[in-house]
Amino acid sequence: MSDNSETTGSNTGGPETGKPTRHVDDYTGVETTGHEWDGIRELDNPLPRWWLWSFYACILWAVGYWFLYPAWPLASSYTKGMLGFSQRAEVTQQVAASRAALGKYDEQLLAGALEDVPGNPELHSVALAGGESAFGDNCAPCHGRGAQGFKGYPNLNDDSWLWGGTLADIQTTLRHGIRWEADDETRLNDMPRFLDDGILSRAEISDTVQHVLAISGREADPVAAARGAEVFAAQCVVCHMEDGRGNQDLGAPNLTDAIWLYGGDEETLYASIAHSRRGVMPAWQGRLNDATIAKLALYVHALGGGEAAAPAE
Amino acid sequence: MTSSEHGGLQALAAEAAANVSGGGQAHEHVERHDVEPVNSAAHRPLYEGRKAIHPKLVHGTFRNIKWVVMAVTLGIYYVLPWVRWDRGLNAPDQAVLLDMPGRRFYFFFIEIWPQEIYYITGLLVLAALALFLATSLFGRVWCGYACPQTVWTDLFIMVERMVEGDRNERLRMAKRKWTLGKFFKKTIKHSIWVLIALATGGAWVFYFADAPTLARDLVTLQAPAVSYLFIGVFASTTYLLGGLAREQVCTYMCPWPRIQGALVDDQSFLVSYRADRGEPRGAHRKGDPWEGRGDCIDCKQCVVACPMGIDIRDGDQLECIQCALCIDACDDIMTRIDRPRGLITYDNFDNQDRRAKGEPMRVRLLRARTVLYAILIAVVGIVMLSALVTRSVLDVNVLRDRNPLFVTLSDGSVRNGYEVKILNKLNAVRVFNVSIDNLEGARMSTLTESGLEVLPVEVPSDRLRNMRVFVTVPQDKLDQLDDGVADIAFVVTDTTDGTVVRNRTTFRGPEAR
Repeated sequence: MSDNSETTGSNTGGPETGKPTRHVDDYTGVETTGHEWDGIRELDNPLPRWWLWSFYACILWAVGYWFLYPAWPLASSYTKGMLGFSQRAEVTQQVAASRAALGKYDEQLLAGALEDVPGNPELHSVALAGGESAFGDNCAPCHGRGAQGFKGYPNLNDDSWLWGGTLADIQTTLRHGIRWEADDETRLNDMPRFLDDGILSRAEISDTVQHVLAISGREADPVAAARGAEVFAAQCVVCHMEDGRGNQDLGAPNLTDAIWLYGGDEETLYASIAHSRRGVMPAWQGRLNDATIAKLALYVHALGGGEAAAPAE
Repeated sequence: MTSSEHGGLQALAAEAAANVSGGGQAHEHVERHDVEPVNSAAHRPLYEGRKAIHPKLVHGTFRNIKWVVMAVTLGIYYVLPWVRWDRGLNAPDQAVLLDMPGRRFYFFFIEIWPQEIYYITGLLVLAALALFLATSLFGRVWCGYACPQTVWTDLFIMVERMVEGDRNERLRMAKRKWTLGKFFKKTIKHSIWVLIALATGGAWVFYFADAPTLARDLVTLQAPAVSYLFIGVFASTTYLLGGLAREQVCTYMCPWPRIQGALVDDQSFLVSYRADRGEPRGAHRKGDPWEGRGDCIDCKQCVVACPMGIDIRDGDQLECIQCALCIDACDDIMTRIDRPRGLITYDNFDNQDRRAKGEPMRVRLLRARTVLYAILIAVVGIVMLSALVTRSVLDVNVLRDRNPLFVTLSDGSVRNGYEVKILNKLNAVRVFNVSIDNLEGARMSTLTESGLEVLPVEVPSDRLRNMRVFVTVPQDKLDQLDDGVADIAFVVTDTTDGTVVRNRTTFRGPEAR
């Protein structure tokens, strides 16, 4: 005890050594660290030796870590470590592994008929998830994130399809697009610009609008509508058919239902007939692989309005 | 340095030391020890290696309580995973099972799903409050009797005593040079310790899988690697903490000794040396008068019995886990020298003061803090119990599509999409009828069926079923929407027992033009 008696001896210190004295706690007889918080002092008890060894072991561990793993930043690089560990490489591996795992489903998807996929719950759910992801990346800019559509861009949730709503129809539309001139098999049919091309007069177009309002179940001037019916029979039935229910082979919309791509009011109908409409969708074949297109078709079909395939003849 | 300058306990210790050297003939049957408390404050360097503590076996009330607590707690720990509980087909028959891959906790008749983790929270709250109450009444009873660290350390010391003998033999062995016999005994001791440690780690993994199956797989080396890993981790920590680190865990690693200071008050009964009765202490020869001196004959039996290496006569201190073994040790001596027992006993600061003033002692268990803890325990307990009793075995969640809010169909009807989740928490396949309430003309459809007024749904036992359900309202019924919104409910009815769960949501259509 003699070696530290000058610091523990008393509060008045040892003049023979000149060293500063430290406060000693009355109750325990232990020196305090000299820090004081609101009258509370910290006892300066010895640390357990195993704690010291643990501390040294941690330091050694850290030094080992520097050599084995990426650690120190350099001017334009960093120390790479002897194990060659890289989080970036790990992520790349994981992505490749998950791609490979999903590749199994891609093969299944392309091997069988698209119509059989909904009967396979596991494959279907994988396809729908993949389709949703691809839809967000490629289709949402025009059709909206929820496929709800905008004016001129069809709502894909509903049961009205310009070019058909079966899985095969949707797949074809996706592959070749609509009025996409770079694709030879694109869905192509143009409605004449009845006013601009001088086919119909303004009055005839107004009459036709009344007829369309009448067949879609809304208020119309019966006299004008009757005149319009004659114009309709002469000019429109080729594509929109006699009852106005349209023709999916030609991309001609059903004029009797509640769904209007550009709007169903009088003014919009007049503009549609006078100046025509020419919606375009790009062909995705070549930009997306077949498996992705298949997933997109399944996803859009499952949004709620998909049509069942016609029974095979 | 002279201790007397600092007064307090050091002064007492110095006086006592002087008395010991007084010598004289000791009582018969009273063993005396020439020891210093290992954790004495006298001399402490910057770093200090652990000094081995060799607690002496004592006999008495509290030692017996500790044996019983040890047998019960260890028994529960090792045996519980093997208790079976019939839950019917396709459900585990293990009474206590934490099924991580299956996301289920089973506890006898209770089964909880991940989203019901608040039951565990409630249990932890109860455990904390019970700890507070026990501490404010009787100090660190948890530490002294029931803490796993204490129980396993006690077990390891018991093994040590059985192999190497009691304190005196162990001390002699520690001083002896290495011989074949010493090596043999040490090997036996550590082997038994390792076996206990392996059994402890082994029992742990049985809580997480079917015990008989896992036991067979462990033996045939078919068990998953993670089982062996956890057995290894818990075996090594048991060996390290219970066998080697012992009291250092309580003194250096555990936060509880620091917290307890805030939980005890002057009415809390703590294991205490009654200095007013024991001082002045000193050696006492048989036949000497007891007048003018204390009852403490400074035999230091309390010190040698202490597994924490402290001297309880220094007063309440951080290291003390209140195991009460010093009470047994001292009571034994008091009986032999024909003095009243209880020189070391459960005592409190209030009664120390009252004795000093000559007032009668008193016991006050009902105090503001104990009453508050008891009320809180009762409230949390009642809340938990009622939550458990009223726990529904059928949950329904409905998520409405928000994009698009609604879809107009070609015939002018309006369709909304919903994600309907039905949780069947019973261990039986159940068929539910789903219908829509408060929406006239509504029809449901799924990807495969349409136009349904009632949608039958089969949910596998103990599983969740997730479905996409479209609800369509014809154009001529749309006027029941109030500004495009109707408050509706999905009604899920169990076809077997008629249980009904309603889940409120909304149906949206075009806003009034």
